[in-house]
Amino acid sequence: MRFWRQALEIARVDLTVEQRVGSTLRITVPFAVVALMVFPLSLGLRLSLVSEVGVGIFWAVGILFGMQVALRQSANDSIQRRDLQALLGVDPAARFVGRLMSGATLTIAFFLVMLVSMAVLFDPDVPEGGWPVLTLVSILVAFGLTELGTLAGEVTTGLSSRTTLASLIVAPMALPLVIGASQSVEALPQDTGILPWVLLLIASDLALAVAGVALARPLEEATR
Amino acid sequence: MRFESAGVSLGGRPVLADLHLSLAPGESVGVAGPNGSGKTTLVRTAATLVKPDAGSATVLGIDPVDDDPREVRASIGLIGHQPALIAELTLAENLTHVARLADIDPSRVARALEVVGLTDAADRHAKACSFGMQRRVEIAYLLLTRPRLLLLDEAAAGLDESARDLIGALVRSVRDRGGGAIVVSHDRAQLVSLCDRVLRLESGRLEATS
Repeated sequence: MRFWRQALEIARVDLTVEQRVGSTLRITVPFAVVALMVFPLSLGLRLSLVSEVGVGIFWAVGILFGMQVALRQSANDSIQRRDLQALLGVDPAARFVGRLMSGATLTIAFFLVMLVSMAVLFDPDVPEGGWPVLTLVSILVAFGLTELGTLAGEVTTGLSSRTTLASLIVAPMALPLVIGASQSVEALPQDTGILPWVLLLIASDLALAVAGVALARPLEEATR
Repeated sequence: MRFESAGVSLGGRPVLADLHLSLAPGESVGVAGPNGSGKTTLVRTAATLVKPDAGSATVLGIDPVDDDPREVRASIGLIGHQPALIAELTLAENLTHVARLADIDPSRVARALEVVGLTDAADRHAKACSFGMQRRVEIAYLLLTRPRLLLLDEAAAGLDESARDLIGALVRSVRDRGGGAIVVSHDRAQLVSLCDRVLRLESGRLEATS
């Protein structure tokens, strides 16, 4: 029970801080929506083409800015705060889970706002039954990105080049998420089915969650 | 706490060497020394946050290298150079957060704030508070957690007299409960007044001075 109390407390405080600072809602979301609006301009405002590639643009912009949300959240920890948590007996795995809960809340909210923005701006060609799939896939991608961001934050704690290094860690490891996301939507109108791609996303999310919890304790000691 | 011939290297560079230091229950030890002599590393090693890579060490009954240091960390209190407050939370919220993480009754927060003289500032955000006020909150942390081993790394630097008195009272209360304290400071007069003995750390090596 103590594990979950600590995880919930860390998530609660992270979200309180986000509510007061508003870095996701007031900074990242507006920039990401503007990026979505700018893409059609580069295509010469051909509306049919915009509708055709709208979902692809959504994934590109969503994943790039989603990484920022995930990394920004995990970069909040200072050495002093980590030392204090260690001396309060906070389980590093509980901290990982807490960070994951707060980060996933923000990243999922971010992706859902982007999804609505994409629907309004692009009127994309989404096959019948495609919107629930897009929503599910967005949530799975957001969760996976948050796990990667939290893990990268743990690995790079205390390094001066933290933000650069964390981005370099997250970008290649996000490939299964990018492939799963794009292919699941591609597979919708075909007979092949989306199940293998959704399973790829679920497997990636589960593997990252297990890795995060299992590595939290050794990482905490190794990064001091 | 006992270190025997302990050595600590950071990034391949030796910081502490041949360290012999013991701290008995009810004792406080002062450590002075020039900048870069390894005082902060000594404190972090005593807090089990840095592991010795030579010699032997025992902190609150465990070997921090071979045993799981998380067993004893909750009994260690540390005030370091930089306050560990969350800037966007109020002082009371910072303390409540600490209490909840440490499984301490949050109703004790109000009393801890009163003791350190911050009742009126309880609802002020940490980022709007002076360094001295933030330090007082850290003293309040330690009033809540009641550590058996107290480690103060330049904790009194830049504080007014009443805040320094609070630190003195904190050291005495830990000693009275049978705990121990290591106090690091450039202020030799303060070390002499607070500690049973004062050591000097010079280039990573401890020497007795009084």
